[in-house]
Amino acid sequence: MNIFDMTIHELHTELKSKRISSVEATKALLERIKSVEPQVGSFITVTPEQALATAAVADKRIAEGECNLLTGIPLALKDIFLTEGIRTTCGSRILDNFIPPYSATSWEKLRDRGAVLLGKLNQDEFAMGSSNESSAFGVTRNPWNTAHIPGGSSGGSAAAVAASEAIATLGTDTGGSIRQPASHCGCVGLKPTYGRVSRYGVIAYASSLDQVGPLTRDVADCATMLEAIAGHDPKDSTSVDTAVPDYTASLKNGVKGLKIGLPKEYFIAGLDPDVQSAMDAAIETYRRLGAEFVDITLPHTDYAVATYYLIATAEASSNLARYDGVRFGHRAEADGLLDMYTRSRSEGFGVEVKRRIMLGTYALSSGYYDAYYVKAQKVRTLIMNDFIKAFADVDVMLTPVAPTPAFKIGEKVNDPLQMYLSDIFTIPVNLAGTCALSLPAGFSASGLPIGLQLIGKPFGEEDLLRAGYAFEQATEWHTRKATI
Amino acid sequence: MKISVADVEYAARLARLELTPGEKELFAGQIGAILGYVEKLKELNTEGIVPTSHAVPMENAFREDVVQPSIGVKKALANAPESEGSFFAVPKVIE
Repeated sequence: MNIFDMTIHELHTELKSKRISSVEATKALLERIKSVEPQVGSFITVTPEQALATAAVADKRIAEGECNLLTGIPLALKDIFLTEGIRTTCGSRILDNFIPPYSATSWEKLRDRGAVLLGKLNQDEFAMGSSNESSAFGVTRNPWNTAHIPGGSSGGSAAAVAASEAIATLGTDTGGSIRQPASHCGCVGLKPTYGRVSRYGVIAYASSLDQVGPLTRDVADCATMLEAIAGHDPKDSTSVDTAVPDYTASLKNGVKGLKIGLPKEYFIAGLDPDVQSAMDAAIETYRRLGAEFVDITLPHTDYAVATYYLIATAEASSNLARYDGVRFGHRAEADGLLDMYTRSRSEGFGVEVKRRIMLGTYALSSGYYDAYYVKAQKVRTLIMNDFIKAFADVDVMLTPVAPTPAFKIGEKVNDPLQMYLSDIFTIPVNLAGTCALSLPAGFSASGLPIGLQLIGKPFGEEDLLRAGYAFEQATEWHTRKATI
Repeated sequence: MKISVADVEYAARLARLELTPGEKELFAGQIGAILGYVEKLKELNTEGIVPTSHAVPMENAFREDVVQPSIGVKKALANAPESEGSFFAVPKVIE
């Protein structure tokens, strides 16, 4: 087996028994990156020197008998995570030269466990997009078919796992940005509950929705990554102070008697037939494993996309006000201070970012604030209440991740509304603040991966992971490899 | 919903963005279409519904008022396009 194809737990076994060193594993990944990057474009920055130096330190720790599950494991991060001393662009020209003075808490936690950083991954600019086409550093291609998008905004994080350019990665999810690319690239992706993982040092898009999570080859790896990054952080006042369970310990508990809800609003007429049949097969698998199905309703689903694009853009227009050319990032030649702000921003931001800032600014502007922003916040309450009511009867919900498999590069780039509507099944989870897992669940007739979404109660990640693990044990979708 | 080029110019000024004539036309059409779509929220009666600004019910997160290490002036200025002494330098505000 190729080192670069291994899971965290497989490579860990090799490292622990000293059959493979972390330096060897890191070299294998760096070689792999070199050979497939021209076709995929997962990375914005590769950091070979730092990676090999950290791997050497990890090997020393292992020689001294210290080897936790992440010691010496080569990982990569979406370029939205601040990494001290390593350029962090968030996919934008405006941060082209930005070298962070500190690191994100989630990365510090992985680094402290001895993980090796291979580099920083491509993404939609400021995480605004569903296809990775809005990156200022070139498009990322789907490793299963390079004419197609990998999904977004954590498209590089998903493509890197699928193309075996990293053992696992971190992404962020504001409206589906971990789950949708995971689904399109055939990997496992988790959006934890809002507050479960610190967002300190993660560049903000929409602060009431953003959450950090892992993308991995299997559910056991996902549990390992979540365990490492979860927990309260005094530096993020929205992180919640509840104990982090041993997610790995409960993986094998099975799904006998687990109550799975099927929200009728997610199984609509427009669903791609291949996606529909993958869902039917998944339901059958769970039934065979002893789970019980309950028909449920989330009546305000149809309003989620509209709600999201008002709240997210309003928050973005405020968050992105900090890019003004004063303290960091691009500064334009200008005539006076106001002109400097305006020109720096206009030169530095790409078209999707400008569009969302404009929409958010409009929705917050005098005379429209109540009609748009406050109205959306009220509908958000209705959407949250839908979930609270439905979760009174079920443990988890099962839905598709996306209505179709990955679309073609360029297909929706001129129609933002159509692009936004592709996130219809993932957005409600962010508005409700709860957690959801994307799992490989089949392939389209043309060979593109199809993902299954399990939605959990707030802080119900254990239920998601054990249900995901049971599915994985009963199927072989996650073992298939893109032939790139 | 109809958004005029003047509406776009107004929002652009608030957002400190300078748009090309082409971008103004493009955004007027696209933002109009998106706002037309979000009009559907008006179908819902939200009388008496409390707006949600945050999914997790939390009050202020307080900590002890003690001095913690910070990154310091040198690191804080390292990314500044222009600096002078221990300050960020910007173009003159008052002539």
